[in-house]
Amino acid sequence: MTAVTITTGPAGPGTTSPVRPLAALRQIRVLTRRNLLHVWTDPQQMVGMTIQPLMFLLLFVYVFGGAIAGSSRAYIQFVLPGLVVQGVTFWAMQTAVGLNTDFQRGLVDRFRSLPIARSSVVAGRIVADVLRTGWGTVITVAAGMAFGFRLHTTVPGALGAFGLILAWGFALSWLMAFLGVSLRNAETVQTAAFLLVMPLGFASSIFAAAATMPGWLQAFVKVNPVTVVADTARGLMVGGPVAGPLLKSALWLVGLTAVSWFLTLRRYRARALPAVIDTFSGH
Amino acid sequence: MSPPAIAVTGLTKSFGRTRVLNGIGFAAAEGTVLALLGPNGAGKTTAVRILCTLLRPDAGHAEILGRDVVREPQQVRSVIGLTGQYAAVDDMLSGRENLSMIGRLLGQHAKVARRRADDLLAAFDLTGNAGQTVKAYSGGMRRRLDLAASLVGEPRVLFLDEPTTGLDPASRGQLWDLISGLAVQGTTVLLTTQYLEEADRLASQAVVIDRGRVLAEGSPAELKERSGGQVIEVRPVRRADLPAVARVLADLTGTSASTGRDTAAVPAADPGLLGAVVSRLGAEHIDVSQVGLRLPSLDEAFLTITGHHAVPEAPAPEENLR
Repeated sequence: MTAVTITTGPAGPGTTSPVRPLAALRQIRVLTRRNLLHVWTDPQQMVGMTIQPLMFLLLFVYVFGGAIAGSSRAYIQFVLPGLVVQGVTFWAMQTAVGLNTDFQRGLVDRFRSLPIARSSVVAGRIVADVLRTGWGTVITVAAGMAFGFRLHTTVPGALGAFGLILAWGFALSWLMAFLGVSLRNAETVQTAAFLLVMPLGFASSIFAAAATMPGWLQAFVKVNPVTVVADTARGLMVGGPVAGPLLKSALWLVGLTAVSWFLTLRRYRARALPAVIDTFSGH
Repeated sequence: MSPPAIAVTGLTKSFGRTRVLNGIGFAAAEGTVLALLGPNGAGKTTAVRILCTLLRPDAGHAEILGRDVVREPQQVRSVIGLTGQYAAVDDMLSGRENLSMIGRLLGQHAKVARRRADDLLAAFDLTGNAGQTVKAYSGGMRRRLDLAASLVGEPRVLFLDEPTTGLDPASRGQLWDLISGLAVQGTTVLLTTQYLEEADRLASQAVVIDRGRVLAEGSPAELKERSGGQVIEVRPVRRADLPAVARVLADLTGTSASTGRDTAAVPAADPGLLGAVVSRLGAEHIDVSQVGLRLPSLDEAFLTITGHHAVPEAPAPEENLR
């Protein structure tokens, strides 16, 4: 190995030399690429993301569609935008499990011992997951169109819906990152993420209008961010009210991202030797 | 004068009610190899994690090349490399992708990172597996890749936390050669180990810690000496005579002898005892192939210093939970 002098910044007292924004962006890009490269090694992930939306589509449109909306053809117009949102909601669980696995394997120790931005490990994971989610979204919409779904709005509207749905995936991934960083092992993380995602995905306006549900359930369904995002996506793709749901969506997305971001990074910084801490303190 | 590569004083750390480090202190000059020697649960990993900025101490002070690990973590990170107990490499990437990823994270240009990766792969005898997914690597290959990953940034101070635990003897020897090579080139190395042989082989200074305290420090040779002078060792021709030899040694020295596979040994405060041992064995018609005085092994020294053997019965939580 060649002996090369390592240049370091001045080591004055109290200087913490935060990583410059451009460097942090580059680090996020490198780690995003790392997570996307996993697709080559484990193509099953993508196969799952391709098949699962097709199965949901067939199940809901052809099994339940007639009963819910009178005909499959009418139901697909209603349910497709919501199904896309539901897919994104479920896929966000990958962020929680993936980050936790990196902790378990000691990879995060290596990253944290490098002079890189603290947020880059989490952000690299989330950006990669959102990009994969984009693939799943495109597959779902394409399959829907093959089965008779039609866009009834403008192309910018549809693109707006696409962007909004990915933004929802981004926000929820930060919350999932918090679970992945906070909980102990992959099994616990999986369970917690599932318990969070199930009510969000199903107690929503994705499959049926909130007005058809009992009052106590409506109360939850109406504030559920999945409802808000699905309603906005529906408005942007097939028509209907947009302004109101869009405002609510924006508030949810910004709020959820900001709070989860803060909690996740605080926890990421503090999480040191989780298993040992738990063991020694007798939890 | 330039600051020492590693300077630690009064380091204390508790997890819950358990005090894992109880005011340990040590120092290493630049370009030396320091071994942190101790059984499982001694606090070795905790100390390394504090020095690598992964954990904050409750009290005490630690500096790497004059930079405070608590107040200047990024400066510390830019001069250190860490190889933890578990090969911290990405299973799903190839060896080359793993190394060039680290280089890219450190700000190297893609081409430079790639070249550095290939150089390291060659130096660590991994060129043939460079494009292979790490999942398919053997344990020894993973450890070598892990060590290579900690060297991408050309660290001036390298931390190795039990670098050879769980490796077969051949892989261990190979890793030892690599570590000695780094030290020769001037890298300061701190390694933790429970293998006394490893400290003996690699380190110029050893610090023995147990239950969060420093029990002894010095060169491996000094530690051996400190544990009470020399040892008389006898190898009988017939292994069946081993108990008889042990009895003779115990008789003459007043301390019980330890028996190995085909030798019996006893600490000898007075080297003059050697003559008495020889004549007594002759009188009892016990044929011996070897009788001699030697310094105690580091293992025996460890036993004297800590009061228990270096290899514990059950692994501590530090080792098996993560």
